[in-house]
Amino acid sequence: MQFDQILQYTLSGLSTGAIYALIGIGFSIIYNATGIINFAQGEFVMLGGLLTLSCLDLLKLPIWAAIPCAVAVSTLAGLLFERLAIRPLRQPTPINLVIITIGGSILIRGMAMLIWGKDTHAIPSFSGDDPIAIGGATILPQHLWILAITVVIIVINKFYFYHTISGKAMRACAYNRRAAGLVGIDVRRMVLFSFMISSAMGAVAGIIVAPLTMIAYDVGVMLGLKGFCAAIIGGMSSGIATVVGGLLLGVLESLGAGLISSGYKDAIAFIILLLILFIRPQGLFGKADSERV
Amino acid sequence: MKKIFAVGGVLCFSLMFATMSFAAGTIKIGGLFAVTGPASFLGEPEKKTLEMLVKEANDKGGINGMKVEAVIYDTTGDATKAVQLATKLIKDDKVSVIIGPSTTGESMAVIPVAEKEKIPLISCAAGIKITEPAKHWVFKTPANDHVAAEKILNYMAKQKQKNIALLTVTDGFGSSGREQIKALAKQKGFSIVADEVYGPKDTDMTAQLTKIRGIKPDVIICWGTNPGPAVVTKNVKQLGIKIPLYMSHGVASKKFIELAGPDAAEGVMLPAGKLAIYDVLPKSDTQYKLLKDYDQAYRKAYGVEASTFGGYAYDAWLLATTAIKKAGTTPDKIRSGIEQTKKLISISGVFNMSPKDHNGLDLSAFEMVKVSKGDWALIK
Repeated sequence: MQFDQILQYTLSGLSTGAIYALIGIGFSIIYNATGIINFAQGEFVMLGGLLTLSCLDLLKLPIWAAIPCAVAVSTLAGLLFERLAIRPLRQPTPINLVIITIGGSILIRGMAMLIWGKDTHAIPSFSGDDPIAIGGATILPQHLWILAITVVIIVINKFYFYHTISGKAMRACAYNRRAAGLVGIDVRRMVLFSFMISSAMGAVAGIIVAPLTMIAYDVGVMLGLKGFCAAIIGGMSSGIATVVGGLLLGVLESLGAGLISSGYKDAIAFIILLLILFIRPQGLFGKADSERV
Repeated sequence: MKKIFAVGGVLCFSLMFATMSFAAGTIKIGGLFAVTGPASFLGEPEKKTLEMLVKEANDKGGINGMKVEAVIYDTTGDATKAVQLATKLIKDDKVSVIIGPSTTGESMAVIPVAEKEKIPLISCAAGIKITEPAKHWVFKTPANDHVAAEKILNYMAKQKQKNIALLTVTDGFGSSGREQIKALAKQKGFSIVADEVYGPKDTDMTAQLTKIRGIKPDVIICWGTNPGPAVVTKNVKQLGIKIPLYMSHGVASKKFIELAGPDAAEGVMLPAGKLAIYDVLPKSDTQYKLLKDYDQAYRKAYGVEASTFGGYAYDAWLLATTAIKKAGTTPDKIRSGIEQTKKLISISGVFNMSPKDHNGLDLSAFEMVKVSKGDWALIK
């Protein structure tokens, strides 16, 4: 009995954690390429979900066509965001950029409210709603989709960053912008790429969670914060550490709600965040930066 | 030059006529609604309903031959702003009665103003504190939350269900519901075996439900507004929990069934205000005709279905205009007219006001319904 419960908590936690991880990676990709934290990341999650809804309802597309369509439009939104809000900035100090992303997120949320209204919307699951039993616990087919798509995205990510020229160039920018520029890498273009990739990933996260959690113009805030937590736990790496951070956060939240008290569910996430920032600001798995003079 | 004179002359005349027609007798009604901001889901339908009703009344020649003018302000859900606008309505616009505000917080803030300036206030917020204890100049149209809770517990008593697992949202609506169910349960001899909560933006409640499943209660009562309860309903289905699930009147709209999916929502029970379910009511129900007329008029005017929240403004309008027709147009006469309201058939229920009860609704304001094949069905 008790074992069943723990298994259920863990499974629920893993599936929510996978979502946090996807959003978290979006944060860290931009952070690594530009050194800023894009607080509009959550809004791209919302855009992904709501655009899918429009593709399904208005354009009457089947779900397999609606998803790429929604991702494409969100990517375009990410591109425009970088072009119109980030690039024209005269003095791109990190604090200015961060404030611009916060402003951008409010703008995107407001526009979404005008376009889609204040109602919550539902999107059908990809493959039915019949629960699947694992041991004494149950999960939905949609949870499997979430886990599978997260894995696929991480693999693609890994491949892109380590085995393609533009991926390597982006890592070079992260390591040292000036030097990257000196060896002929178009840094501004890499920044643009990073915004496009992370908005696309945010949109994918929004689409795969929408059938479970519903979608509304204001879901981006909380999901964005949780994703940010995951990225911090993972030390802002755009690889496996952030994924582990997200999963850890999901499982701890779920176990905390189940075994301690559901009143402290969100508190648990933010206490972890604070602890990490106090004790290991380089992330759970990161090595401390050593500055050489 | 001539042209300007001509235009000026026309303007002068039209202004004179305008003032003259006002002088012939207008009743000014003030509206304070949270049209924008976080409570806009309340304020927007309230404002639209009031505008629709005023237009309708004026098209029919006004009330007792007097035109009605509504002065509506947007409080954005902010209590400080609501107080300023209430003062403005009374001092500058000189309204005889105020409808609103939309939320409990704003209403509590505006009450001292209404009491001091002696203008009747008909709040559209549900909080029990507004009319309990009864204040001389203050009324409210939504039924108290505990009436809905009592409806559920009465039904449970009939089913011989004793042990309750509570799952409530951590906002004002949820915590007020939680307090009241706990108090009522104690009074009526039920026991609360689990008391879990969730955040308004939470996306997965399987952890809380797994814990509840382990405790094996007779029923689960979930208290919240969309989308939380829809997520809970889906999670219950996912976990294969067979315990009867009750929801609050906060999700008594088709939207809830749509969000949770008809499959998962099957069998969920809740107390519903009659507007949401008027099409399954027997035609003999005293409110049936009014509910149908309101819904159809609202659909015609705005293209969406009427909501319970708009109904609160409708009822406030009914209370005010009935009092004006019967008693007179001064604030004092309107107030005593509202207080003497008896058997007024309205959207939320049948009002029976008294000096002690400034809400005037009872258990008959709600009907227990069950989701069946994607629609509401009355529980006999």
